Amino acid sequence: MLRLAPALALVVLLGPVACGLIATLLPAFGYLPALGGDHFTTSHFHEVLHVGGMERSLWLSYFTGLATTLIAFVIVWLFVAGWNGTAMFARMQHLISPLLSVPHAAAAFGLVFLIAPSGMLLRLLSPWATGFDRPPDWLLLQDPNGIALIAGLVMKEIPFLLLVTLAALPQTPAAQAARVANSMGYGRIAGFTFTTWPLVYRQIRLAVFAVIAFATSTVDVALVLGPATPPTLAVKLTQWMSDPDIAMRFAACAGAVLQLGVTVAAILTWVVGEKIAAAVVKMLRNSGHRFVRDAALRTAGAALTGMAALTVFAGLALLALWSVAGFWSFPDALPGSFNLRTWERTLPQLAGPLGTTLATGLIATAIAVVLTLACLEREARTGRTGGNRALLFIYIPLLIPQVAFVFGLQLFFLGLGWDASFPALVFVHLIFVLPYVFLALSDPWRAFDKRFVWVAAGLGQSPVRTFWRVRFPMLLKPVLVAAAVGLAVSIGQYLPTLLIGAGRWPTVTTEAVALASGGNRRVIGVMAFMQMVLPFVGFALAAAIPALLFRNRRDMGVAA
Amino acid sequence: MSTLHLDHVTIALGERQLLAVDTVVQPGETLTIMGPSGVGKSSLLAYIGGFLDNAFTASGAVRMDGEDLTQLPSHARRTGILFQDPLLFPHMSVAENLLFAMPRAIKERAAKAEEALAQAGLDGFSSRDPATLSGGQKARVALMRVLLAQPRCLLLDEPFSKLDTERRANVRGFVFGEAQRLNLPVVMVTHDAEDAHAAMNATGGEIIDLAANG
Amino acid sequence: MKQTLAALFASAMTLAATTAFAADPNPAKWDEVLAQAKGQTVYFNAWGGSQNINDYITWAGSELQARYGVNVEHVKLDDTASAVATVIAEKTAGKTEGGRVDLIWINGENFASMKDKALLYTTPDGDGWATKLPNWALVDVENKPTITVDFTIPTDGLESPWGGAKMVFFHDTAREKIGDLPDSIRGLAGWAMKNPGRFSYPAPPDFIGSSFLKQALSELVGDPDVLQQPVVDAEFEDVTAPLFNYLDGLHPNLWRSGRAFVKNYPAMVQGLADGELDIIFAFNPAEASSAIAQDRLPDTIRSFTFSGGTLGNTHFVAIPFNANAKAGALVLANFLLSPEAQARKQDPTIWGDPTVLNVDKLAADDKAKFAALDLGIATLKPEELGPMLPEPHPSWMAAIEKEWAKRYATGNN
Repeated sequence: MLRLAPALALVVLLGPVACGLIATLLPAFGYLPALGGDHFTTSHFHEVLHVGGMERSLWLSYFTGLATTLIAFVIVWLFVAGWNGTAMFARMQHLISPLLSVPHAAAAFGLVFLIAPSGMLLRLLSPWATGFDRPPDWLLLQDPNGIALIAGLVMKEIPFLLLVTLAALPQTPAAQAARVANSMGYGRIAGFTFTTWPLVYRQIRLAVFAVIAFATSTVDVALVLGPATPPTLAVKLTQWMSDPDIAMRFAACAGAVLQLGVTVAAILTWVVGEKIAAAVVKMLRNSGHRFVRDAALRTAGAALTGMAALTVFAGLALLALWSVAGFWSFPDALPGSFNLRTWERTLPQLAGPLGTTLATGLIATAIAVVLTLACLEREARTGRTGGNRALLFIYIPLLIPQVAFVFGLQLFFLGLGWDASFPALVFVHLIFVLPYVFLALSDPWRAFDKRFVWVAAGLGQSPVRTFWRVRFPMLLKPVLVAAAVGLAVSIGQYLPTLLIGAGRWPTVTTEAVALASGGNRRVIGVMAFMQMVLPFVGFALAAAIPALLFRNRRDMGVAA
Repeated sequence: MSTLHLDHVTIALGERQLLAVDTVVQPGETLTIMGPSGVGKSSLLAYIGGFLDNAFTASGAVRMDGEDLTQLPSHARRTGILFQDPLLFPHMSVAENLLFAMPRAIKERAAKAEEALAQAGLDGFSSRDPATLSGGQKARVALMRVLLAQPRCLLLDEPFSKLDTERRANVRGFVFGEAQRLNLPVVMVTHDAEDAHAAMNATGGEIIDLAANG
Repeated sequence: MKQTLAALFASAMTLAATTAFAADPNPAKWDEVLAQAKGQTVYFNAWGGSQNINDYITWAGSELQARYGVNVEHVKLDDTASAVATVIAEKTAGKTEGGRVDLIWINGENFASMKDKALLYTTPDGDGWATKLPNWALVDVENKPTITVDFTIPTDGLESPWGGAKMVFFHDTAREKIGDLPDSIRGLAGWAMKNPGRFSYPAPPDFIGSSFLKQALSELVGDPDVLQQPVVDAEFEDVTAPLFNYLDGLHPNLWRSGRAFVKNYPAMVQGLADGELDIIFAFNPAEASSAIAQDRLPDTIRSFTFSGGTLGNTHFVAIPFNANAKAGALVLANFLLSPEAQARKQDPTIWGDPTVLNVDKLAADDKAKFAALDLGIATLKPEELGPMLPEPHPSWMAAIEKEWAKRYATGNN
């Protein structure tokens, strides 16, 4: 059974992506017999490229994606390089971790409520400091250059990159290297960058690519924060995909292929940037400069990281406040009255979606955890790790933009008559849950002290018994954390749920986006709050269960 | 009483041969492998215990009671092992660690565990969290745990190197005393000459110095 | 793989050709429809952006369950087009029965598209079904031409009317310095020049934004009759020149100087509440009153309209050709037309959507239900709503949206 696990995981990860891509590529080149496309043509690409504002849309997707990645990356680098190993670093780590579970859309709405011209910041400053008794006519959100979109994405990508980096750090001799470099008189940032960062970067590289892929192709965040005239490519082609004009399907598929091209172009640009950055770092390193005066940069790294976290938290608090607000005029800092009306009206309608969300999330997560454990256990027993190639496979669903293959996958499922079924929904969630569960669990699992297993074998315990009595309970905390990550990922899925679930399986997230299209801040507050609370509960349980089970076992607290 | 036979055992890492051993360890006797760190002396224990990494290539037989252990999965070899860390399972109490080790057939398990603890001078420790024990106490629990599994031989991997000088003699005496009492053949790897001599004085047996043999 | 996919599609098509249709219900035999509907689940695909409307649909569902044993599931859409797309995708895949969409809230462009592609259910005799519903007799076909002609396309009984719509404007009387209210689309541009940054409209293809463009076009066009015919490409530029000249002049005075547009109608409501906008518009005369009831607008909001007339239309429900629960969908459509459901819908504290029934035709107690409605302080009375301008042919909307995107959504402005 265990032997089949890696193959099975591969099928789950690659099968749907491959099928979806093919079912996108063929119509893009004009082949979809059922719609009358029976010969191959590139005319749909010509058509798409001549749509008004297309050049701008392509540029926006490319630019916002790269800029997001670069800014988040630099902030995380400055913060880790400048503060790794300090008490502040550990505190910030605790502040940041829960942010990973906040769905992108909820965070984006929070940002809107905070920084819009009618948002909380200006309310707090008006009219006493600004003199405004009405919101100023400032173009802060949905600006044509996508700055607000970049800000919203950076805020959410910092926690992701930081946590990936934190997972990579223990596998490098960071502390010793820092001591050696500091003893030679190097500044903190320079010492870390010259000695440890290249090793860390090698391990987080695919995660960085995943950020590029996500940021170049996000739909929900771009809908909330991105420009509309024209929007980014992903938003545009999502509109085409639901266009009643059937011929737009071809254009949408061609657009999806272009989206793939934009993402690949952005990643290639990044790779070129890597080479340049590596050369610059090498030059600086060999020059012998110590870069001792890095206090300003260190402060900036910490301040920006902290600001990203605080912005998300402030946004969430605002969502909660709006959900109970009566009429609330500008520039009042607080609503004139409070009531629970929106909650009372919304919650009863959420019972069904809540059930679907939990059922889908829990089943997909359970399957992902079992598959991951089976793969890792198989790896531990045979001593064979898949190496870098396996890692690439695991990242594939995260590296291919969702819009590039989920449309195709929908057509494919439809052809098989599997669409709109609950198993299909769980399956499509599994595609995205599995990579995250694997990434979250593999590091702690591999870092497990194998001598415990050898001791158990020496005591005459079979591998199965050793797994259940020793490895699993000792790694219960990371297993539950990985499950919470998986659940959070499942809860956040919008496009796959919408397309594969076909509206038959509404979840908290699809309901949130549907209601958000109504723009009622109170309802958005309730929905985004619910969307965020569920993953939070997951993480809280992941922390509470081992703490309760092993409350009298001191070393279990630090084991994970 | 079983004798441990190491028949033409050779272990190599790539092209480089790490060690070649061809000897017999009598019950109650200790074979000591000495050498500086990095020469691969622990790989012999891994080979006997059945958890040698794929990167190594090994040949030769390890026989006990006429059985070639290398043909058995590691958990069926009954080769108890102690590392420099006690490696008590942190999620189990002291007694649970011992119960986990006892073969299923054994009756009156709790009483047996208490008895073992008393023998190690640890009366009343059964419900304790292993994390609250001192280094020497942990080492003694680890030894009792290995012995309760009724091993046919004992493998020691730098077992005393993390203990301070005072405890070291104490624990060492306890380990070799128990091995003698149960007549177990012991294979110990160490970089510490004092450990090697102590073993020879206590139990007799051979010392193979890898640094000298090259 | 290509072959596999081709085989897949081929087999799907064969399936489509060989599968006989399950017996479709016939609304002329209503008892049979009721019997068939019992126990069915109707997936009602309707825009889900309004809590009020969602609550109303929930109510209708519970009534249907209680009275007819029909279960209603509201599939909340963020865009009606996606339900149309679902039906298209199903037809593409050869799914000619057991479809996922049973009833769609629809009108205009989406209806035209579905009718054109024969994606709508007809009775076994090949007729429209809506005119055969028991409650059809109460519908105000006499005074509301948009019930039988939807954006110039004859409905032919392929969709059943649900509610009315008419463009109205809202402003806040508590705000000083807003100046004289405009009385035409040109007057609006003049007002915006004096009050820059305080008016906006959603970027098309948002429904309400496109409606604004159509209102402007209808007022500015030389010969309004042209708009009742499909677009003739050669004439498009000439006909729309006044519209785009107008927009070129208006945009610099819009909110954010026309560099961004409000997202949609609810965002305009928020803008009015926050004081970012001074004049907004809606397609439902009761919207302001219902927003006041929900704390979304202050109670100082009032409505106005143009004396020369504003656009008006009707919104409908339609059944796809491959719907799984056609009988249930018929029962739901008929219930939505009942005086009880229509009166409840017109109550601004519930929804505030104008009825499609002719109240004069109703029985006395039903008439009383409508008479008892308080339409709200911010709602204009039916006689104050002004003349109704007809909707242009749907092809105009598509053509204007395209031209608009080319001019204003390329990022060069």
